[in-house]
Parts: sequence; C-alpha cells; structure tokens
Amino acid sequence: MFFQQLLNGLTTGAAYALIALGYTMIYGILGLINFAQGEIYMAGAFVAVLLLATGQVNFFLAFLAGMAAAALVGVALERVAFRPLRGSHPLVPLISAIGASIFLQSLALLLFGPNDRPFPVQFDFSTITVAGLPLSTLQGAILAAALGFMALLVVFVRYTRYGKAIVACALDRDTARLMGINVDRMVTLTFFIGSALSGAAGIMMAIYYNATYPRMGLLPGLKAFSAAILGGVGNIPGAILGGLLLGVAESLGAAYVSSGFKDATAFAILILVLLIRPQGILRGRGD
Amino acid sequence: MLTLKSVQSGYGRAPVLKGISLHVRPGEVVTLIGANGAGKTTALSTISGLLPARKGAIEFAGQDLTRMRPERIVTLGLALVPEGRRVFRTLSVTANLELGAFYRQDKKQVRRDLEELRARFPILKERARQAAGTLSGGEQQILAIGRALMARPKLLMLDEPSMGLAPQMVTRVYDILRDLKKSGTTILLVEQNARAALKVADRGYVLETGRIILDGAAAELQEDPEVQRAYLGKGYREVWE
Repeated sequence: MFFQQLLNGLTTGAAYALIALGYTMIYGILGLINFAQGEIYMAGAFVAVLLLATGQVNFFLAFLAGMAAAALVGVALERVAFRPLRGSHPLVPLISAIGASIFLQSLALLLFGPNDRPFPVQFDFSTITVAGLPLSTLQGAILAAALGFMALLVVFVRYTRYGKAIVACALDRDTARLMGINVDRMVTLTFFIGSALSGAAGIMMAIYYNATYPRMGLLPGLKAFSAAILGGVGNIPGAILGGLLLGVAESLGAAYVSSGFKDATAFAILILVLLIRPQGILRGRGD
Repeated sequence: MLTLKSVQSGYGRAPVLKGISLHVRPGEVVTLIGANGAGKTTALSTISGLLPARKGAIEFAGQDLTRMRPERIVTLGLALVPEGRRVFRTLSVTANLELGAFYRQDKKQVRRDLEELRARFPILKERARQAAGTLSGGEQQILAIGRALMARPKLLMLDEPSMGLAPQMVTRVYDILRDLKKSGTTILLVEQNARAALKVADRGYVLETGRIILDGAAAELQEDPEVQRAYLGKGYREVWE
C-alpha cells in the first residue's frame, strides 16, 4: 500500500518535475513566471493524441511531434506575449502569461471541444514484481522516460556550449552579451526546451489518466509552479526535487489523510514554503 | 584602431558623457583616469555596445560601432573585462574561459589558446573545475582577464582591474598588464588608481564629470601638478611642509 502510493506519487511527481523545469528555466533567464506552462503541456498531449487518432502515425513519432508542437507553442508565446513587453513592470508579463493561458485553453475548447479524449493507443501494461514489490509497467515506463529527459537536460545544461550560454545569460545578461552570446536566441532556446519537456509530460499524463481535454493543464501547471517554488525557482535540480517531492506528498496525503484534500496538498505546501523558506529547498538562479 | 568622436551617452535624461573624443593606436596602452562618477565605466559600456551612444561616432578597425550590438562588437576583436570582474559564479573556471571564446569557430585554436592561458596562469588550471564564485577577488580578476583574452581581442579594455583587490594582487594584475603590453596587446585601461595606471600606460586621458579635461603622454601626466593634486594624492605634503 505504502509502496504503491509512493510509486503513484513519483509518477505524477515526475510530470510535475518536467513542467517545473520549464517554469524554472524560463524564470532563470527572464525572471518571469510563465503561467501558460500548463497549456503548453495540454498542447503537447493534444497534438500527440490527434496524430495517433488518425491511425497513420507510430507512437514514437507522435510523441516527438507532440513535444515539437509544445516547443513551438512555447517559442511563439515568447515572441507574441513576452518579448514585446521587455523592460516593462514585472507584473505586466505576468498578466500577459495568465492571458495567454486563458487564450490557449479557450482555443483548445473551440478547436477540440470540451470532452475528454481517451488515449488512442492501447498499451499492454501489466504489473510485475520487482524485489517482492508490485510495479506497474506503465508507471515504470513513465518514470524511466521522465528521468531520462531530466538527465538529458542536466547534461545539456552542464556540458554543452549552448547549455552553459543559457546559464551565463541567467546569471548575468550583459556580461553574456560581451561574450558574443545572443541573449534573444538563448531565450528562444530556453522556451523551446522547457516547453518540449512540458509537452512530454502532457503526453505521459494523457496516457496515464487516459484523458486529454482543454483544461487538463490547469492543475498540473499550478502544481508544477508550486514544485518549482518548493525546489527553489531558477534552480534545475531544485525543480526536479520539488516536483517529485510534491507528487509524493500529494499521493501520501491523499492515502493517509484525506483523498478530498489531494489537490489542496500542493497549495498547502506552496503556502508553507513561501512562509518558511521562500527561497526554496535549493536556492539560486543559474544552477 | 579605436576612435571616439564627441561621444555622448548616459542612462537617464542627463548624459553622463558630454561629448568625449579619444583614440587608441595599435600596440598602445592608453588609460582613462578619473574620479568616481566621472563616466569612465559609461565610456567602456558605450564602446562595447551595452549602452547606445546618443551622439558622436565610435569607430573600431574601420567599422562604425555606434549602432552595433555588443554580441557583434566582440567578434570584431574588442573585448571588455568589466568592472567588478563579473565572472559567471556558478560555472566552473574552465566554463567561464570557454564562454570567453563563445563566438569563435576555430575550435582547435580555442583549445590551444586555453592550454596556453593555463600555462601562463597556473591558477586557472589548478582551479579548473571549481565554481568561479569560490575564487578570491584577485583570482577572479585573473579569470576575467583570461576570459576576455579567450576572445582573441585586438583591443582589450579593462574597467578598474585593481578595484577591491589586496595590494599584492594589484601588483600581480599590473604585472599581467605589463606582460600583455610587452607581447603587443593593445589596451584601453580605465582606472581610479591613477598611479598604477599611468605607470603602465603610454598615454592617458583625464575624465572629469563627463568631459576629457587633459590628455597626453603618461609620463607627462604623472608630472602634471593638477593630476598630481587631484589623482595621485601628491602635493599635500608640500603644502604642509
């Protein structure tokens, strides 16, 4: 029972962590909370589901296409909703982000209708026993994929030229420009990567819950935001840790306290973090 | 090599630089000295493109820099060691140096330059994997200079490299500048520490509240009574004795 709840928590937590990475990377480079991150998650899920529903596209291709679509939505969003507002009061892009979130939700409602769509592909998932403990292969696959994406991101940021350039921009924009780094291009790249990860999370959760709908990104988006704050916004390992912790806390809270308060757990944690340790577990931009 | 003609720039409504003209010839070490708030940093920010020039012209190696973005200007061979060093503190020493060469395409030569730099400044090798923010102030200054050199600049600009450093580190940094001068690097050096700057420079300009009030050979400026009184702290003894 405990192990099962832990695993449930880690699975949803992995999705929160992927979205939280988008929040945290964008915050790191722009100092901006992109509240439309949940809608990017939704966009990724929709594109993958619609492509698979045609029956013409194979699963991995649809998964990649969903991620790519989410990435493009993110990049377009930055161009349209954030870049023109550079240099304005910090509340202005925040309002713009909330506006973008409502717009994307409404657009999805208009295009795809309000109903849940089941995931078009049936997988042959089962429960296997690992070290005496039951493990659902679906959860195992989601966790493995999510952790794989996170590892890729960490390697990218730590060891590649562009990854380091993104960190440099987050730490000190003017000095980065003196190195010949085009900050606008790095911002675009950040939105691209952060949004692709959110899109991947969206597709995974579309499989997990077997439901894709226009408002599916709302709660995960807000919870991932809490996770990013919990881990220390701007901090990449922090977002991963925050996402996983939040997922586990939510799942254990639902199991042992009250399932009615499941969604409240994340926000209770958000409020507690803001009161007790506003800088998050791991603090600092550009790490 | 670098020419400024009546350049005006600043942040708010009132210009900080009220029209300055100066030039740097290839192989020269030129210093711009002046008190706090005279506009020295503003001048370097304007040349490097971080701050737009409102009026006047800036020319470097035959190109007009006035409307050029900083990320393009560095590719022409103009590198800045900014005030306060500004190393990327969570990144490793090596990553900082690599970022200095970010725009360069000649990857093999970049690796060779990195090795050369490490041979010249062993501290950059000893601390290679350490986060730049954990270095001492003087080590960070050496890193910041090394990072700028990784861009292979034709003209190296330094903003107050002695600021906030212990005296022996100031000596060390100035030894490095002398070495660079010997190897033929062209340098534009901004300093509040006029004494140190005039010792290494060939020529100097004195900036006061946004205007150049004096210029000449460094040796002449060192002997100038006005400079001695205002910037070198000499003269008091004579008054008292």
